[in-house]
Amino acid sequence: MRPATSTVESLTLQIDGKDISCRSGETILQVARDNNIDIPTLCFLEGLTVWGGCRLCMVEIAGSPKLHAACATTCAEGMVVSTASPRLKEYRKMIVEMLFAERNHVCAVCVSNGHCELQNMAVKLEIDHVRFPYRFPHLEVDNSHDAMRLDQNRCILCVRCVRVCGEIEGAHTKDVKGRGVLAAIIHDLDQPWGESETCTACGKCVNVCPTGALTHRGTAVGEMTKKAQFLPYLTLMREAKS
Amino acid sequence: MTQTITIDGVTRIEGHAKITIHLDDAGKVRDAQFHVTQFRGFEKFVEGRPLTEMPGIMARICGICPVSHLMAAAKACDDILAVQIPPTANKLRRIMNLAQLVQSHALSFFHLSSPDLLFGMDGDPMRRNIFGLIREHPDFARDGILLRKFGQDVIALLGGKKIHPAWVVPGGVNSPLTEETRDAILKEIPAAIARVDRALNYFHEIEDHYPAEVDAFANFPTLFAGLVTPEGLLEHYDGALKFVDHNATPVAELSLSDSSHYGTLISEAVENYSYLKFPYFKPRGYPAGIYRVGPLARLVVAERCGTIRADMELGVFRTRLGRAPQSSFHYHWARLIEILFGIEMIQRLLQYPDILNTHIRSRARPNRLEGVGISEAPRGTLIHHYKIDENGLIRWANLIIATGHNNLAMNLGVRQVAERFVDGNKLQEGMLNRVEAVIRCFDPCLSCSTHALGQMPLRIELCRSDGEVCDVLQRN
Repeated sequence: MRPATSTVESLTLQIDGKDISCRSGETILQVARDNNIDIPTLCFLEGLTVWGGCRLCMVEIAGSPKLHAACATTCAEGMVVSTASPRLKEYRKMIVEMLFAERNHVCAVCVSNGHCELQNMAVKLEIDHVRFPYRFPHLEVDNSHDAMRLDQNRCILCVRCVRVCGEIEGAHTKDVKGRGVLAAIIHDLDQPWGESETCTACGKCVNVCPTGALTHRGTAVGEMTKKAQFLPYLTLMREAKS
Repeated sequence: MTQTITIDGVTRIEGHAKITIHLDDAGKVRDAQFHVTQFRGFEKFVEGRPLTEMPGIMARICGICPVSHLMAAAKACDDILAVQIPPTANKLRRIMNLAQLVQSHALSFFHLSSPDLLFGMDGDPMRRNIFGLIREHPDFARDGILLRKFGQDVIALLGGKKIHPAWVVPGGVNSPLTEETRDAILKEIPAAIARVDRALNYFHEIEDHYPAEVDAFANFPTLFAGLVTPEGLLEHYDGALKFVDHNATPVAELSLSDSSHYGTLISEAVENYSYLKFPYFKPRGYPAGIYRVGPLARLVVAERCGTIRADMELGVFRTRLGRAPQSSFHYHWARLIEILFGIEMIQRLLQYPDILNTHIRSRARPNRLEGVGISEAPRGTLIHHYKIDENGLIRWANLIIATGHNNLAMNLGVRQVAERFVDGNKLQEGMLNRVEAVIRCFDPCLSCSTHALGQMPLRIELCRSDGEVCDVLQRN
């Protein structure tokens, strides 16, 4: 039964000079996107819990000396937010350049070439070169699963796969081992994917992966397209049931 | 007092190379070597990558002939999957391979080699390049550019882009041909044939102007190798790998259904002065097993072409030069005949009723741990050989590139032409251009997309044994 009066508080804030009203509890990212203000993200995916790891959605809030992750910061009354200052643009470019430098993202021969969120982000941020020396780490491809493949070379550690596996499929096959540049996605107790006892082979991880790190086995260059549309629908249906 | 002349780098070829000419005390040529100075390492860095990525990765070996590497890689993958690709996919792959042949041969003949033929080997280097050609022979240059465009357009229409299309995949191709695309290609064919006819007529006129070059441009007996159909006709995609001797007498033949046995016929030697290995015909040993591949070799190996116009032209070719011409100067003419063949064959393939069929890919998992793909690149026979682990990841790769097969012949050819034309007492540009021109006959693709077009700086120093430079020739 609907309550007689709504308990949701309405707030007013300013994003990029535009006066906006929203409900309390909404994040800056949600409100900005609802108002057609684009804030770039890579780890965020509607339907999964907020991770705040990629740091691409960092915004400036008047009166605060530090930057804030728009995906993980809730709106407040009178907040004045800036999403596209020269400083933020520069930081975003730097973040994406460091992602490219950290592992082996060879777009030209990647199965996700042309359908990759990292590649699209680089284009969007007008990145035409990488200022940092490439690390060229030696990373393995896990091709042991019957239907899917994990290529650590293309992984940006957004952990969308870990979240979808735990939160939506409920299997929690995937997790992260190691720290810093040595961090890597693993299956169960760091076993080959094909030997995992918990993987249900549902393929959700492949479809939420933004790059060519998780792909269907047998795909050739440029053939891998992802279908992440299932996620908001699945989440909605589950919320309706509970 | 011995001296050494170095041509570094060699211009109007694809890739990086240099030539050294060693002189004796009297200033006469004692030895000459062709050095390939670049190193790519593809065989090493594909290790650990999934099999299905191979065509896409291997195509990156070259920006001039990416389709050739696509074909050989895809065929090696087909072999590992142990699949028979659908007949329509076979025809579509053939069309793209022939389009590659046309565009690459047009580039080699018109853009890179014809300046030597039209302006003369001793012509002014300022004119003797593609820009001079456009200025002084605009119709000829236009025909060359449009012929190359024809090949490039066919590749783009089939594969989505002119360079490095990802269309050829293990098991077939990834999208079918549409009626509009077929008609668009067919519409361009009469004009393309007319262009190559004009070039052939022109070549007939000038071919006799170079008796000294015909005589000294890698003119010696060798074996020849190339693919043939089961009927012995000119072939670029399948069939059998055939070796013939300098009289065109068959020496050995390997059906591509047994392609994994290529090692019984071909082995590779290494010399310390070049990164390019030296393949040789194994039964005859090294270096006696010298053989040539490419357009001239294919026309020697094949009984005939199998298309009307190309066979007529092959008749003229054989009437004038014999059944098995030995001079590598004749690669140019053979290249034009193959352009004609390529266009005619594209037309024939497009007219098959099943060419628009949408069943164009066979799907399978790896069923073997080893596979070999052999096809004809514009420059000659191309061999890709892969081994995988049980997860389908590449663990070992060996590539024998077309240019490699000709390495022994190119080295001998450089020496022959240097002995004939280079006088160490006084360097002249035309002498050294001939040394480079013999290399251009083979149209070597040194695994690279570099296009020099005569602009690569060339410096030749004539040094005494004590290191003192006694003569210098500089081209910028």
